Amino acid sequence: MRWYWIDRFLEFESGRSSKAVKNVTLAEEHLHDHFPGYPVMPGALIIEGFAQAGGLLVGEHLKLGGNMILAKVPKAVFHGEARPGDSLVYSSKLEYINAEGALVSGLCHVGEKLLAEVDIFFANVQEGQRTRDLFGPGELLSMLKLLGAYDVGHAADGTPLKVPPGMETQAARPLGMAGP
Amino acid sequence: MPSKEEIFSKVRDILVEALSVEEDEVTPEATLTGDLGAESIDFLDIVFRLEKAFNIKIPRGELFPENLLTDANFVQNGRFTDTGLAELKKQMPFADLEAFTANPVIKEFSKLFTVQMICNYVDAKLATVPS
Repeated sequence: MRWYWIDRFLEFESGRSSKAVKNVTLAEEHLHDHFPGYPVMPGALIIEGFAQAGGLLVGEHLKLGGNMILAKVPKAVFHGEARPGDSLVYSSKLEYINAEGALVSGLCHVGEKLLAEVDIFFANVQEGQRTRDLFGPGELLSMLKLLGAYDVGHAADGTPLKVPPGMETQAARPLGMAGP
Repeated sequence: MPSKEEIFSKVRDILVEALSVEEDEVTPEATLTGDLGAESIDFLDIVFRLEKAFNIKIPRGELFPENLLTDANFVQNGRFTDTGLAELKKQMPFADLEAFTANPVIKEFSKLFTVQMICNYVDAKLATVPS
């Protein structure tokens, strides 16, 4: 299984907000353990979906630069369960960003029903403080392309979202298998 | 320019959200780490929310100084030196240093970081911002 916890962007407004969908399916192996006979998507993976949707919103805004990592989940409130067959729509809003970090607020809906409220705080790990490689421009670009950000997205001025100049030839580096 | 009560009210709301604490826990004298359970990453989160709520810029290290405890000129044998205390007064004029100055041991340092200290900082900061 690959470590993707959103399937596609429905909207992507650079530097402001995004909507992404995650379709929950019985083909996901973990659902057969969580729980046997009563599959429920773990809340932690819903948070990871927000981290991916929010992280890409932040990374795109930084022209695929920065070393933003999930540093804290200030808020995670669940109002129900995500079950196989549900389409989870993650609405993320970039509340604040500066050189040190970013705050993204999120709402998860299934249809009209509010399923979860999750805020994610990202910290920009400074050069020299990293102990291993984080996401590079190639990985961010691959994910944004794969998830359709450039198909539905808009730049801050309302024009179609484009790959930052000079990044078009950036070597694609797909995410690895599940796990670190 | 908001009143001191308005500043406290906003700071309290920020700490409730950032630290997941109850409103009545956020008293002026409550310490961020000891009473409210703040950890290192929370300080950055708090700075973010203060900047957004009050529309101010907080340079890194201005509200929560970073270099005081790691400089041998400022701290020796677990205590602040006279030079360190002078630097502390310079960097944190918004903190209530009276009790700490009488016994400036490192383990008491975190007690300077109270809810009131944040309010004092914001109050002073807003006074420098043209309205």
